[in-house]
Amino acid sequence: MFNFGDVLDLPLIWAGLIALSVFIYILLDGFDLGCGILFPFAGSDKNRSRMMNSIAPFWDGNETWLVLGGGGLFASFPVAYGIIMSGLYLPVIFMLFGLIMRGVAFEFRFKATKHRYVWDLFFSIGSFAAAFFQGVMLGSLVQGLEASNRLYTGGPFDWLTPFSVVCGIALIIGYALLGSTWLIIKTEDKLQVWARKVSGWILSALVLAMVVVTIFMYFSDIDALEGWFGFPGLLYLAPMPIIVLLLFYFMRKDLRTDREYRPFLLTVALFLMGYIGVCFAIFPYIVPYQMTIYEAAAADTSLSFLLIGAGIMLPIILSYTAFAYYTFKGKTDHEHMY
Amino acid sequence: MFATSMIDQLDALMLARIQFAFVISWHIVYPAFTIGLASWLTVLEFRWLKTGNPIYVEVYKHWIKIFAVVFGMGVVSGIVMSYQFGTNWAVFSDKAGNVIGPLLAFEVLTAFFLEASFLGIMLFGWGRVSKRMHFAATAIVAIGTLISGFWILSANSFMQTPQGFMVGADGLLYPTNWLEIIFSPSFPYRFAHMMTAAFLTTAFVIGGIGAYYLQSKKHVEHRQHGRVMLGMAMVMAIFVAPAQVIIGDMHGLNTLEHQPAKVAAMEGLWENERGAPLVLFGIPDQKAEKNHYEIKIPYASGLILTHSLDGEVKGLKNWAPEDRPYVPIVFWSFRVMVAIGMLMVLVGLFSVYKYFKKQQFNPESKWFHRAWMMMTPLGFIALLAGWFVTETGRQPWTVYGVIRTAESMSPVAAQQVATTLIGFIILYVFVFGAGSFYILSLIAKGPQKYEDPGEDNIYEHSITEGQGRTLSGDKNAAEKTKKDQTQADLDKPANDVDDGGLR
Repeated sequence: MFNFGDVLDLPLIWAGLIALSVFIYILLDGFDLGCGILFPFAGSDKNRSRMMNSIAPFWDGNETWLVLGGGGLFASFPVAYGIIMSGLYLPVIFMLFGLIMRGVAFEFRFKATKHRYVWDLFFSIGSFAAAFFQGVMLGSLVQGLEASNRLYTGGPFDWLTPFSVVCGIALIIGYALLGSTWLIIKTEDKLQVWARKVSGWILSALVLAMVVVTIFMYFSDIDALEGWFGFPGLLYLAPMPIIVLLLFYFMRKDLRTDREYRPFLLTVALFLMGYIGVCFAIFPYIVPYQMTIYEAAAADTSLSFLLIGAGIMLPIILSYTAFAYYTFKGKTDHEHMY
Repeated sequence: MFATSMIDQLDALMLARIQFAFVISWHIVYPAFTIGLASWLTVLEFRWLKTGNPIYVEVYKHWIKIFAVVFGMGVVSGIVMSYQFGTNWAVFSDKAGNVIGPLLAFEVLTAFFLEASFLGIMLFGWGRVSKRMHFAATAIVAIGTLISGFWILSANSFMQTPQGFMVGADGLLYPTNWLEIIFSPSFPYRFAHMMTAAFLTTAFVIGGIGAYYLQSKKHVEHRQHGRVMLGMAMVMAIFVAPAQVIIGDMHGLNTLEHQPAKVAAMEGLWENERGAPLVLFGIPDQKAEKNHYEIKIPYASGLILTHSLDGEVKGLKNWAPEDRPYVPIVFWSFRVMVAIGMLMVLVGLFSVYKYFKKQQFNPESKWFHRAWMMMTPLGFIALLAGWFVTETGRQPWTVYGVIRTAESMSPVAAQQVATTLIGFIILYVFVFGAGSFYILSLIAKGPQKYEDPGEDNIYEHSITEGQGRTLSGDKNAAEKTKKDQTQADLDKPANDVDDGGLR
């Protein structure tokens, strides 16, 4: 039996890998959920087809990162997986409902002739719901969960607070920005002009949402505050508002020029800032403020076995994912593709 | 107060079991179908590349549409599964996570990403990548489905016949030997049985629809496609259906060795018996510990299970009532599965007969084609019935002999489980009902003529339409048009948007 527990800090490595895969998920599924969020406002059926086509080859791979996030959490922090999923029971399942609704729409939309509007509706509602409940889950995690004896002990609606709702709305806006900047890359003509226009609005809304979330955190008694507004934390996080403002400035500028890739990359950087903030608030907990990554980690033998698999597979996965994106580079059409 | 919370707990447990059974039963149908379809599509595309016969590619292009719908439904119902362990079975996740978790994570790492990424190329890459690369993508997706089956059946087999672990002082399972865990005693049999079931189920769907094309007056132009479909399916029915009977028998013997209570429930045997009879029909009564209205064949069960006339088979009374599975479900599901398996073998024999008379594709062979058409949905029923046998037969344990189902549940209220269960039922029935409808309408439409897109790319943006196709190499022209058009576009009034692209 291999066991790297003596030489490596396995819980820390696995917490890092899970945080990474969740972040990759947020970015990748973020832009395709974002397309779903923008879907009702796209103006014409052809525009909608084009938006759909721009993400159709990728969405499945993108959502697999969510499965890795769930599966990875189960494998490396089983008790945390159990507590978080039973604590966030309803939002998790509502998110799944959303993902089901939008997932099937990809295939059904092009096959439906009379009832296309039904699947357009499913696609948008599903995307909104998935984004909202993911934000709610994130917000509830930052607020913390009640647990004792390795079990969730809170109520079924503990997740529903003004703060988590604000987080849900903020994530909808964030995903919409990923979606609109993605569309700048993948489309041209009218749709691209439109995507640039809405990107500007959504950007302002997002920065506003980030400010609101931060204010909410400041005025609530969330434990994470001590990390954020305490002495060493403030020092690390002080540059972040400045970076966010810089990103905001560059992005406004880019949206007025014909740059295609940078708005998306700047949005990614914005997300990274927010994500670092969240991780900073929660770390070293995995069940926020109840169990640290070391208390919740799976057996060293399990983590070692997993690490071998991830070490071999992750580079391979990343390279063929890149290959898939490369294959479908360029602008998308509104015709059905197969 | 205590009593109500007891009832509440019991209800939550039952509801959680129903929810899990419901979501996983819907789910398993799709992966099983995609396992079979992906491999079949690989063979089809290979034959097309080898022979250049357009019939193969027409059948391929037709079925890839169905494949896409099935795969999509498999993905969305599968995401649910990766969270069900935590939402409904948090205690199980905690206790067994050290062992089960890595197996599932390996499935994601080695199979899901592979399938998802190359599915994109398989569906949307036609004309965008080389034919060879496209074939490789199809084959990789097929291999991905098999790898996925490997890990999930490994995890399930561990839950049935656990080994390679120890129980710690904290009550958690700790892995001691990964090879023993992955290759637990029931794994080889379960894997072979399930993969064969997936192939057979798919073959009977394809053959049934092929028979429909051969028979239907509406599909005269699809008869040649029907020949390919039925012909290939017949090979599976003739050779693989009988093989499945043998594999199933071996799987049964393996179960007898490791989970005798499950076999006793399958056979409906309550007492220990030498030369046990085969109960063909009966209504098992869990409380009275006997079957009503039995019809039996003497010695047959003993003969099948012990391969001797006086071998002893253990009856259910060997186990305390609280350690027995719920017999009626196991008993009846088993009979349904076996009956359909036998029908498959019979259709295989019928096919041999028609093959030697050279009438298998003759539209006049009405009864032969009807037999195939009737078989179309039955594979799925057999598949589900088989899973009911093995999963209900494992009860009352989640990890056999180690963790009880009653001790596996999340601390969630019955109302939560009930509400979400209703949500799942409504959503699944609607969404997957619509999926089945689209699959049926694709089948009704039939394969389309295939025209090779050649070098001229089919995905070129419509901006160039009406102005001659701009090849992707001709960048300047495309850019020039684009500029002009964008300018013209900006000049247009804003409400004139319905054009989407530019003409």
